[in-house]
Amino acid sequence: MSEKPEKFIDENGLRLDGRKIDQIRDIKIEIGILNRADGSCYLEFGNNKIMAAVYGPREVHPRHQQKATKAIVRYKYNMASFSVEDRKRPGPDRRSIEVSKVSREAFEKEIFTELYPKSAIDIFIEILQADAGTRTAAINAASLALADAGIPMRGLISSCAVGKVDDTLILDLNKDEDNYGQADMPIAMSTDGKITLLQMDGHLTQEEFKKGLEMAQQGCREIYELQRKALIDHYNNTQKEIIQDAPVESVKDISTESATEEDPIEDPVISDDVPDNGNTVNDDEIKEDIPDEKEEVILDEDEDNPAIVSDETEDDTLE
Amino acid sequence: MNKEIVSIIQKDHLYHLMLKGERADGRAFDEFRDISIQTDYIDKAEGSAKVELGNTKVIVGVKIMPGTPFPDTPDSGVIITSAELIPLASPEFESGPPRENAIEVARVTDRGIRESGAIDLKKLCVVEGEKVWMVFIDIHVLDDCGNLMNVSALGAIAALLTAKMPKERFGLGEDVPLPIRDIPVSITAVDIGGGILFDPTIEEENVAECKLTVIFNQEGAISGMQKSGNGSLTSDQLNNIVEISCKKAQEIRKKFLEI
Repeated sequence: MSEKPEKFIDENGLRLDGRKIDQIRDIKIEIGILNRADGSCYLEFGNNKIMAAVYGPREVHPRHQQKATKAIVRYKYNMASFSVEDRKRPGPDRRSIEVSKVSREAFEKEIFTELYPKSAIDIFIEILQADAGTRTAAINAASLALADAGIPMRGLISSCAVGKVDDTLILDLNKDEDNYGQADMPIAMSTDGKITLLQMDGHLTQEEFKKGLEMAQQGCREIYELQRKALIDHYNNTQKEIIQDAPVESVKDISTESATEEDPIEDPVISDDVPDNGNTVNDDEIKEDIPDEKEEVILDEDEDNPAIVSDETEDDTLE
Repeated sequence: MNKEIVSIIQKDHLYHLMLKGERADGRAFDEFRDISIQTDYIDKAEGSAKVELGNTKVIVGVKIMPGTPFPDTPDSGVIITSAELIPLASPEFESGPPRENAIEVARVTDRGIRESGAIDLKKLCVVEGEKVWMVFIDIHVLDDCGNLMNVSALGAIAALLTAKMPKERFGLGEDVPLPIRDIPVSITAVDIGGGILFDPTIEEENVAECKLTVIFNQEGAISGMQKSGNGSLTSDQLNNIVEISCKKAQEIRKKFLEI
């Protein structure tokens, strides 16, 4: 383990890794990269490497856990033994059980569990490489994996931590700042700005808490934009692939077929040149993953949800 | 008994009381139940306390013994906190290894003691890198009538304050009290339909969507926080809870020191 640095913030107001105090680490997102899982996401957050997979809604095992009125959500946070400096003993420990509990609770209200009684939605997180802030990175990845699995949600969950070093509040702690800092407060936020996860340890005054909360919320909003963009890019790309593979005839068929349908959300956009306006969505994906009842709900609840963006560019169809 | 159906009826009842500004047991929203603390309850333990908050009963025992320090902190003592939710305390509890609720209670209590610096860990060092004192805080819930978080935290600090380091038994000198620097106080509130209720009873906990625990040190700064439950809170609600909790923590600490 590295030694405690003398100063965390230099005279220019920059941190040891060159970031500003309110700057998050770089995020790299790949969606849908696992074949067997219903939804998946690989996410790099600084040096964190996280894999998230989602299964469901599926049958509940063991059966007695099932709920008559809604789906149960299960969240398993697991650290690979090689993800940290000293080998971690495999299997759940007290820390990972607690992280799993609070993370699950961050998601439950955001998922339309009432649409799938007696079923289970399973979220599996594997920390491949840990470098401070794994629970926040894992939540960001899980959110996208849920969207990729087509689980209807009220919005995305974004998560980010705020902390304190040298009596200064900073956004998104790195390893040294986490180890030697004065406070660490991870939060998760829904798209509408409500806090769904909050933990804190260390030392913060009331004013610092207030300010820190605002900083963390701002961080979450930035992450939300990245998540949204990643989802849109993902669906644009899958659509391009399908167009390349499919014979021209069949592409035409799809577009004329669905153009007659009344529900605008069912309208696919099929064109050679996919418009990069974030409003396209792969029709196949929607039909495959999302049961019928969902459409109505989404229309009412959240038109911004990038997982199921509605189509507003009817002019762009092939003919 | 089907807990879910009872919950819906109860939820309705408690929600409507809340709208009238009332609670089922007649308390004000920010009023705590009566606290009673009996220290040195267990002779065999180095420190112990039986705490009652209303009808909730918890025993906390502290055992202290020499052991090896963690490699990353060779000159500090070790705190290990665990909680057992034994079946005699509630029909909801089952025997077996600790589940997530027990782990959460233990870890949040631990966070309060550790992050407030309540125990001067440097003074627990015997030989650097080889021998330090290990403090085991074990929380035993006897009767769960709500707000285990706060009762456990009160019990833990009460037991620690009366704990003696058993130096004589291990041939390391005379027994001395455990070096305590701070008295953290944890305050829990639940959100029932937008109303914030402090020191929730088990019924209130069961119907609440969301629970927030805030731990304050002596200076009134925050040492730890934990949100649990499926719901969410707005930042205004959070700031509001933190503000009231801070005042409550001072009141409770005053009462605690009187006892």
